[in-house]
Amino acid sequence: MATTIADDLTPMHHPRTWVGKYVWSQDHKVIAIQYSVTAIAIGLVALVLSVLMRLQLGFPGVFPWIQPENYLQYVSMHGMIMVVYLLTALLLGGFGNYMIPLMIGARDMVFPFVNMLSYWVYLLSVLVLVAGFFVPGGPTGAGWTLYPPQAISEGTPGSQWGIVTMLVSLAIFIVAFTMGGLNYVTTVLQARTRGMTLMRMPLTVWGIFIASIMGLLAFPALFVAAIMMLLDHVAGASFFMPSMMSMGQATDTLGGSPILFQHLFWFFGHPEVYIVALPAFGIVSDLISVHARKNIFGYRMMVWAIVIIGGLSFIVWAHHMYVSGMNPYFGFFFATSTLIIAIPTAIKVYNWLLTLWRGDIHLRVPMLFALAFLFTFIHGGLSGLFLGNVSVDVPLSDTFFVVGHFHMVMGVSPILVIFGAIYHWYPKIAGRMWNQALAQVHFWVTFLGVYAIYLPMHYLGVLGVPRRYYALGETSFIPESAHLANQAISIAAIVVFAAQFLFFYNMIWSLFRGPKAGPNPWGAASLEWQTPDTPPRHGNWGAKLPTVYRWAYDYSVPHAPRDFIPQDEPHPKDTAP
Amino acid sequence: MRVAIVIVALVLGSVAFHLLSPWWQTPLASNWEAIDSALNITLLICAVAFIALNLFLALALIRFRHRPGHRARYDPENPSLEKNLTFWTALGIAGMLAPGLVAWGKYVDVPKDAAVVEAIGQQWQWTFRFPGPDRVLGTAGVEYMTPDNPFGVNPLDPFGRDDILVESNELHLPKGQPVKMILRSKDVLHDFYVPEFRAKMDLVPGIVTYFWMTPTQDGTYDILCAELCGTGHHQMRGSVVVEPREQFEGWLAGQMTFSDLLAGASPEAVTKLFAQANTCTRPATWGMR
Repeated sequence: MATTIADDLTPMHHPRTWVGKYVWSQDHKVIAIQYSVTAIAIGLVALVLSVLMRLQLGFPGVFPWIQPENYLQYVSMHGMIMVVYLLTALLLGGFGNYMIPLMIGARDMVFPFVNMLSYWVYLLSVLVLVAGFFVPGGPTGAGWTLYPPQAISEGTPGSQWGIVTMLVSLAIFIVAFTMGGLNYVTTVLQARTRGMTLMRMPLTVWGIFIASIMGLLAFPALFVAAIMMLLDHVAGASFFMPSMMSMGQATDTLGGSPILFQHLFWFFGHPEVYIVALPAFGIVSDLISVHARKNIFGYRMMVWAIVIIGGLSFIVWAHHMYVSGMNPYFGFFFATSTLIIAIPTAIKVYNWLLTLWRGDIHLRVPMLFALAFLFTFIHGGLSGLFLGNVSVDVPLSDTFFVVGHFHMVMGVSPILVIFGAIYHWYPKIAGRMWNQALAQVHFWVTFLGVYAIYLPMHYLGVLGVPRRYYALGETSFIPESAHLANQAISIAAIVVFAAQFLFFYNMIWSLFRGPKAGPNPWGAASLEWQTPDTPPRHGNWGAKLPTVYRWAYDYSVPHAPRDFIPQDEPHPKDTAP
Repeated sequence: MRVAIVIVALVLGSVAFHLLSPWWQTPLASNWEAIDSALNITLLICAVAFIALNLFLALALIRFRHRPGHRARYDPENPSLEKNLTFWTALGIAGMLAPGLVAWGKYVDVPKDAAVVEAIGQQWQWTFRFPGPDRVLGTAGVEYMTPDNPFGVNPLDPFGRDDILVESNELHLPKGQPVKMILRSKDVLHDFYVPEFRAKMDLVPGIVTYFWMTPTQDGTYDILCAELCGTGHHQMRGSVVVEPREQFEGWLAGQMTFSDLLAGASPEAVTKLFAQANTCTRPATWGMR
């Protein structure tokens, strides 16, 4: 066990300078905050892009400076930033970094220097991504899926320079993620404190742990796809480029397969959905358990469901490609594997609901976000069954149904969890409490607003409204009322956008003016709330590492004096002489 | 309490929205009832799950909200309940998967008597090709394309001479005739999508893709491109006119064949076309017949 090494404080070099402490820091907590702030900052760019898209869709022609190429660039950059640079980075680089060592009773990640490097390389990838906005022709407008040939052909915005910055940025991001991911996996396996068996870990750690393993297996597929497309673009290769015309001229490419790229992309892209979802699943389990004062129902089943979902998610990727022109017989296999994955996912939903049943539910803001997640995730998960069910996908694919579905399931749902998680752990991280009223307003506007945005999109999709259209123009099948729906969606989007500033204001204001929070304001049992200092200092645990005697969910144990028992509190018989 | 009421209201609101919303499928104009009924079965099962789960959530929030003196029950797991839930979920999943797969089985199984029609996509327009009386499309490829041979039909292939070329975004189809849509793209990915037909499939440069359907309702329908293909994606429109066979035959007879095209081109252009074809050493990109 690594605990004996970890107990020895001599190798801990506490940084002495401000720069060593906050800039070139190797403390997992500082790195987590660096990751989070960077991810949220670039996420704000994506948020603004989404509003620009909605302005165009809701009010076509009103904003003459939004041209078709601009619109496609907004679509592409919004998607890629949200999925990779915000959600992946925030959930793993941010929450993973902060929570893993604290929740398993470690002093830090096992490779602190690599951890620091991971952040700086991530920052570099973000800077290269942002550079795409300033190169000639602007960023790529090939959609976040970057499908060739159009991604590197004339007729697509940013097909000269924007696509290069995007591909290079992705490659750099994957280097950063690999350094972080190896760290998270190794830390969970090697640095757990005495008594912290795998089956005593909080589900947050389980979710992040499995998601990190998945990332290490899935991102290489994107990495090679990015490198191959770069070679196609700058070195005259033809991995993805068949013999074809481009703007009326025959290209000198030959024999490449556009569908090969789609396979590589989705072999990464589908696990990626769960790389985002599993940490959110884990975190929301802990939020529900703490605020319902009840152990998570079916803990072992929850762990196995995470592991099974992680495994199955590697054999469902081609459900994104039912109408891609791949061999149509693949559809039978991928529809079956896709719908099977719904079973462990449904079990997780049941167990969340059964955790609430007979609980003692405190409707604090983190819990409200967790409940909102349940609602949106049930909705998004169910609409996914339509798209997974191969023949039902045929009319719906590439329509607004898809947009509504994936935003509900992997946009809104994880982000609601992230908000809940930030409100939940803020008192530990900042040492202060946020403002209740602002948080309540933020919650209600966000929750109701996102449903108003995404519910109607499903219906527009069933009607047949295609996605990634700059303007619907003249059609025979789209009634006037659908344009009204688009306006209403856009107005809801702008309201939700505005409400996010309440959140930012609340977080920043509370950092300086919020009332001091105690070390454990929610009465949580898991280890991160039992640190000797709040916020925890470098090294986390003072002189001696905690010892764990129980799982993370001893809430409302019969005959216990309080309604929770911290993980590091011995059983009575353990302390008996 | 408030959140429980809101969740109930959202469930009821969603059901009401579904029932009252003017936005639902366009009237079906093809043989794909199987797709619509698989969708409806999926919808029904999902709706039951959506309503039941969320009402259970709301009930839990009302009954077990925090009150002074109240304490949660210590309840780690319940294997038989978990097994039951798994079983019923699996049953529900199988209930929607089965019709979905049956419909897909039909989708991939092109009838023997299906007529062949080719849709060709390029940024940002549609054109179409019918086989002539020999009922076989000639081979074609990017390597044969010249300004005078925009379809890239192989001039050396005798099967191509009678091919009927529709250099317009308007396609006509006879009602009641199963059609195998052969799809090919000159440049980037496209997708042939007629909402009323339900069916769609990507056009992929370098290969030939296909799907089949039988138009069942007379009328004019929009053809959309449903796969992002660049800045003009949203303008890549066409229309398909479904009409009785006699009218369709009349329309088809008015179209130009590849032989007509060769006859109408200048001698230099024809020479160039054949010279270019003679230099091709590999099989035509679109060799499928």
